[in-house]
Amino acid sequence: MPRLLKAHLGVTFAFLYIPIAVLIVLSFNRAGMPTAWSGFSVEWYGKLASNPKILASAWNSVIVATISATIATVLGTLLALGVERARPSPARDALLFAPMIVPDIVLAIALLSFFTLLKFTLGLHSIILAHVVFNIAFVCAVVRARLKGFDWSLTEVSRDLGAGHFVTFRKITLPLILPSVIAAALLAFTLSIDEFIIAYFTAGAGQASTTLPMQIYSMIRFGVTPEINAMASIVMAISFALVLLAQRLNHGRIPGA
Amino acid sequence: MAPGLLWLTVLMIVPCLLIFVLIFFERGTYGGIDWSVATLGNFTRAFDPLYLSILLDSARIALTATIIALLIDYPAAYAIMKAPERWQTSLLFLAILPFWTNYLIRTYAWIVLLNPVGVINNVLTYVGAISQPLPLLYNEFAVILGLVYNYTPFVILAIYSALQRLDPSYAEASRDLGATAVTTFFKITLPLTAAGVSAGAVFVFVLSIGNFITPDLLGGGKMQMIGNLIYDQFLTARDWPFGATLSGLLIALMMIALLMQAVASGRARGDHHA
Amino acid sequence: MKFKHIPAFIAGSAFALMASISAAQAEKLVIATWDGYTPKDMVEKFKAATGIDLELTMHATNEEIMGKVTASGGEGYDIIFVSSPFAEALKKLDMLAPIDHAKIPNFANLYPEASQLKHDPGNTYSVPYTWGTTGLCYRSDLVKAEPTSWNDLLKPSDELKGKITMLATDRWLMAAAFLADGLSVNTADQANLDKVRDQLVATKKDLLAYDDTTFYSKLVSGEATLVHAWDGWCNYGTAENAKIKYMIPKEGSDLWVDTLVIPKAAKNLDAAHKFIDFIFNAENGKWVVENIMYKVPNKAAMDSVDKAMLTSYPNIAIPPADLLKYEQLRDLGDGMKAFSKTVSEIMAAK
Repeated sequence: MPRLLKAHLGVTFAFLYIPIAVLIVLSFNRAGMPTAWSGFSVEWYGKLASNPKILASAWNSVIVATISATIATVLGTLLALGVERARPSPARDALLFAPMIVPDIVLAIALLSFFTLLKFTLGLHSIILAHVVFNIAFVCAVVRARLKGFDWSLTEVSRDLGAGHFVTFRKITLPLILPSVIAAALLAFTLSIDEFIIAYFTAGAGQASTTLPMQIYSMIRFGVTPEINAMASIVMAISFALVLLAQRLNHGRIPGA
Repeated sequence: MAPGLLWLTVLMIVPCLLIFVLIFFERGTYGGIDWSVATLGNFTRAFDPLYLSILLDSARIALTATIIALLIDYPAAYAIMKAPERWQTSLLFLAILPFWTNYLIRTYAWIVLLNPVGVINNVLTYVGAISQPLPLLYNEFAVILGLVYNYTPFVILAIYSALQRLDPSYAEASRDLGATAVTTFFKITLPLTAAGVSAGAVFVFVLSIGNFITPDLLGGGKMQMIGNLIYDQFLTARDWPFGATLSGLLIALMMIALLMQAVASGRARGDHHA
Repeated sequence: MKFKHIPAFIAGSAFALMASISAAQAEKLVIATWDGYTPKDMVEKFKAATGIDLELTMHATNEEIMGKVTASGGEGYDIIFVSSPFAEALKKLDMLAPIDHAKIPNFANLYPEASQLKHDPGNTYSVPYTWGTTGLCYRSDLVKAEPTSWNDLLKPSDELKGKITMLATDRWLMAAAFLADGLSVNTADQANLDKVRDQLVATKKDLLAYDDTTFYSKLVSGEATLVHAWDGWCNYGTAENAKIKYMIPKEGSDLWVDTLVIPKAAKNLDAAHKFIDFIFNAENGKWVVENIMYKVPNKAAMDSVDKAMLTSYPNIAIPPADLLKYEQLRDLGDGMKAFSKTVSEIMAAK
C-alpha cells in the first residue's frame, strides 16, 4: 500500500508538472513551430522583450494588481479584524464567501451591466474596482485564519494602559498579524494579475486597458507560437517566486491554506 | 469593517441583483436592453429543454471532473500525509504551486500536449504505438482533463487539511480492534474527512460548471457549457436579458450545490461528535 | 488623522490615482481594429501626414468589439473596424456618425461597386476597407478529390472526417449550410433554421474544431486538410505552403465586407475623416493586399499591386462585379433570437 501510494503521488506530480516543463523546454526551441524540437535558442525571449503590446499589457496588469491588492489588503484586513471581534453572523459570512465562488463570468457580466447602466466609463479603473471585490474576500479569509488564535486580551491591556485605538493597532495588533497581511497582499496581487474574464468584460476601450491575461488569451486564440511559451515561462517564474515569498512570510503556510 | 462590506455590497450584491432585474426585460431589436416592456418571456425561454440540457450537461461535465479529481487527489493528499513529517510541507507546497500560475497558460499547455501534431501524439507515433494521431484535443475528454488539471492542487490542499486535523488515535484504535487497514480507511478515515472532501468537491464543481476558458480553448468551440452560453448571449447574440437569465439559473444551481455541501459537512461533523 | 479615516483616505487617493491613469490616455484618435490589419508603420506615417496621434486597440472578433461599443455607447473610440452586419446593427442602434464624403477626397480611388453595397448604398455611415468571399481552403496534396461543393465540407468523405474545420462565428457557420441548400444567407425562417441545424449537427461529428482564427495553420501543420475559410486567410496558408488552395463552391459564397465606421460619440470627427481619407490612399490599400492578402475596394490600390500576387493567390483577382453577385450578411434584427437559439442547439449537440 505505501509503495502504491508513493507511486500514485509520483504520477500526480508528473501530471502537474509535465505540461509546465514542456512549455518551458519548448520556449527555448528555435523553430517557428512549437511542437517539434529544432535546437536551443533564446530568440523568443528577445522577441517578447521587444514586443510593445506585451510590455504595455504587462505594465497595465502590474498597475491593476498593485492598486487592487493595496485597497483590498487594507479593507480586507480591517474587515477581518472587525468580523473576528463582532458577533458571528451567517449572512455576513456568506457575503464574505460569495466572491470566492460566484462564477467569474457571472460577476463579469453583472459588473458590465451595472457599469453600463450607470454610464460609468470603463478603463483600467473599472478592472481595479472589480478585482478588489474578490480580493477583499481572499484577504479577509487569510487574515481571519491568522486571527483565529489571536489573544484579544493583549489589545485590552494596551488600552487599559492608556493607548488609543491607533497606537494599539500599530504597536500590538499589526505586528502580530503582519506576516499574514503581507501574505494576503501577495495572494491578492497574484490573483489579480492572473484574472482574465472579469478584466475582459470590465476593461475599457483600447490598449490602455488591456491586461496581460487578455493579451495572452488573444495570442492563444490567434495561434500557437513559441512567443507564448516564452511568456508562459516568465509568468510562471514570477508567480512561483511570489508564492515562495508569501509562503516564507506566512510561517511556511501557503496563503489561502 | 464598514468600507469593505460597503465595497462588496455596491460592487457585488447590487450588480448581482441587477442581473435578476434584467431577467424581466427583453432584448432590443438590435441588441442591448429594451426597458419599455416587462416580460416573463426569458423564464419560459430558459426552461426550454435546449437550455436546460446545456445546464445539465455542464453539471454532468463538472461532476465528472469533480469525481476524477477526488479519485486522483485523495490518495495523493493521503500519501503526502503519510510522508515523513519534514517532507510534508515541501510536498504540499509542490502540489499547490501550479495553482498560482496563470490559468490560461496552464490550459494552453494542454493544447501543446494534446493536439494532433502535439507532443503526446508525436511521442506515441515515434515509438510506434500509433500510426494515426489520436483525437485527444477539442472534445469532452480534453475539457474534463483541463478542469481536473487546473483544480487538482486545490483539492489536494483541502483534503490534506482535513487529513491533518484527523486524530490518529481513531485509526489506531480501529487497527487495535482488529480491523484491516482497508476497513479502517473506509470506516474511519474517509468518513471523518468528508468535510474536507466535500469542500474540495464543491470547489471543483462550482468553478467547473461556470467555466468559460477551458471549454473555449480545449473544446475547439464544439463544447457548449453554460459559461460559454452566457458569454455568447452577451457578446454574440447581444441578448443581455437572456444572458442574465441564464446567469440567474447558474447562481441558483450553485446555491443548491453549496446547500448540499453545508448539509453534508454538517452531517460529517455530527458523526464526529457521536 | 484619526485611525478610522485611514481606509477612506487610502481609498480616496487610490480613486484619484485611477482617475489620473484613465485621463492621461484620452488625447488621441483611437482606432479599434483587428490585430495586424493595418500597415505596421501606419501610426508614424499618419502622424507625419497630419500631426495626429493614433492609438490602436485590438479586438479578436466582431462580437468582442460590439460588446465593448454597446457597453460604452461608442465612447472612447473614433474609428471602429467591424464587418458589415455589425456596422448595420450599430447604425440601427443610432450609434454611428454620418460619413461626410466632402472630407474624403480619396473616395475617388474606390471602385464604383464599393458604393453599391446592400447594407449601406452610397456609404452613408460606413466605408468598405476590405471585401471578399467565403469558401473552402484545402491541402491539394492531401485530399483525394478537389472539393466542388459546400457538401464536400458538410458531408465529408471518410478520408476527411476529423480533418475539417468550420468557421466559429455563427453567421458564417450557418451561411455554409444555407448556401448548400440554395437558401438566402439571411434567412431566419424557422423551417430553414431547422433544416440547416440538422445538417450542421450531423457535420459536427466529423469536425476537428470550429475555428476562425487558426484554421490556416491547421492546414499547414496537416492537422486539417479541408477548412471553411475566408479567402484572404486561406492565402496565409498558401503563403507557407503552395499546395494550399482556395475555391468558391459551385453553390456560391457570401460577400463579406469589413468596414470602418465612426461612432457618434467620437471626440474628433474631423480627424476620423482624415484617417479614412488616409486609409483610402493607394499606398495603404496596396499594403493591405500585399501583406494581409485581402482584396480591397480601392481600384487605385488594386491596380498598383504586383501582378505576380494575382497568380500566386488567384482569389485576389476576383473582379468587384463578380463579388457583388454574392449576397451580403445582413443584421437579422428580431430574427436574431430564433437564429441564436438554433446556433445554441448546434453547439449543444453531441
